[in-house]
Amino acid sequence: MTILNFNLNSIQYWQTLPPDWPGEFWWHWLVFTVIIIGFVLLLVMGFIYIERRGMGRMQARLGPNRTGPFGLLQPVADAIKILLKEDIVPTKADKLVHWLAPVIAFAPVLMVFAVVPFQNGAVLADLNIGILYVVAISSVTTVGIFMAGWGSSNKYSLLGAMRSVAAVVSYEIPLVLTIASVVLIVGSLSLNQIVLAQDIPFILLQPLGFLLYFIAGCAEINRSPFDLFEADSEIVAGFHTEYSGMKFALFYLAEYAEALAISAIITTLFLAGWRGPLLPPWLWFTLKVIIVFFVMVWTRTTLPRVRIDQLMALAWKFLLPLALINLLITGIEVLTLPAALPWVMILANFAIMVLLVLLWSKFFRLGGGRVEV
Amino acid sequence: MGLEIAFWILAVIGIGAALAVVLLRDIFRAALCLVLSFLTIAGIYITLSADFLAAVQVLIYVGAIGILIILAIMLTRDVQRGSLSNKLRIPAFVIAILFLGAVVFAMINTPWQLAGVAPLEPTTPALAGKLFGEKGFILPVEIAAVLLLAAILGAIVLVREK
Repeated sequence: MTILNFNLNSIQYWQTLPPDWPGEFWWHWLVFTVIIIGFVLLLVMGFIYIERRGMGRMQARLGPNRTGPFGLLQPVADAIKILLKEDIVPTKADKLVHWLAPVIAFAPVLMVFAVVPFQNGAVLADLNIGILYVVAISSVTTVGIFMAGWGSSNKYSLLGAMRSVAAVVSYEIPLVLTIASVVLIVGSLSLNQIVLAQDIPFILLQPLGFLLYFIAGCAEINRSPFDLFEADSEIVAGFHTEYSGMKFALFYLAEYAEALAISAIITTLFLAGWRGPLLPPWLWFTLKVIIVFFVMVWTRTTLPRVRIDQLMALAWKFLLPLALINLLITGIEVLTLPAALPWVMILANFAIMVLLVLLWSKFFRLGGGRVEV
Repeated sequence: MGLEIAFWILAVIGIGAALAVVLLRDIFRAALCLVLSFLTIAGIYITLSADFLAAVQVLIYVGAIGILIILAIMLTRDVQRGSLSNKLRIPAFVIAILFLGAVVFAMINTPWQLAGVAPLEPTTPALAGKLFGEKGFILPVEIAAVLLLAAILGAIVLVREK
């Protein structure tokens, strides 16, 4: 079913790591666990810096620039400050649930990186159900958010958790449907295989899929403009209102690690993962992840927050039908188009994307260009 | 050896969590224990080399059904009082014991057949072939889909305002 394997030989240029590099099972496990934790912590710090400085630039202010050169040490200072804070637990809280919630919210995010390839074969576990594992594991995070909302015994926390589940349940569907259309082209669920199949990055073959995945992913991890679950002007800070000190730090970390995970998945599914000329593969991977995150910061500063009904309408009336149509079109193309003609598919898909987005944006328009649902 | 250790850890946690679901007064914690027991079942699927099934178990039972149960609990009015027991406590216990006895009896007396071949790797193409391929189970799959659609429509009809 692979329609794009006309020059898979070019892959031989990249060094392939043996599946149990560097040696035995436990060494492989230890080395990659350390690499993943280091990668996540380092990139989360980088992301916080990019977000604060980039947002500052876009809002015509400076952003934090006093701690260290160019304010580079600001995330470190923040981390130390937050770890030294007093840990406050509300009297009426369900202590055990309140204590466990940040752990359960954070652990699955870290587990997602177990199947993300940093280089050809450089992956903790090259599962043949890779992307399905990612979808399954990341759905566990919601349980952690729920526990935080309930365990705090605070109405704002509970409201935040309820909004969170409403959004996550709705946005999971377009997310999985767009992944399915990528899997249709590749014919494998393994993330490494998906990267190997991308002689042409799938953002060109699946422009609509990329768009839908980006929107749904941003909503799933509650980035602005979909940050309703912690909308500070409405419900204080949502599910983590009652958290402070290290537990709050863990939620904060989980939030950025989720952004990192979504960026890494987008890079792997649509931007050809670690592949690229000249530079080493892991550097390409990291660069692409940072670029995707920068676009997330960009959308955050550009767009105002949506209302809860708009959020639901966007998921069910815009993303879901478009994702279904995209899946259908991709299926037809994979069955009918010959393997040697990816350009036909690219042009057709771009045309279809423009047409569908214009058509659906008409549905959302009511009197005077005012967006209503 | 490793598999046996994994099985016993998963089995003990799973049964402990399942007991906690029944015995805990706090409904929210009971629901969380239910989620934990679903997760241990996914773990047991992994030890049986059914990786696809394990992922689907986590996705559907933990990600969808568990969340739905917790959401339903949050919408319940008398949630603060916890799960109270009533007169049906003893009969329920008796029926549960009888059911457990029947299941254990059936399991002990069945001549289980062990397959000589190694488990399939990867399982996904084989499953897809069985479910959607020729001479597969495409009709039951479609019927299940139609059934679920009918259930959704029924739910909408029930809650629709007149």
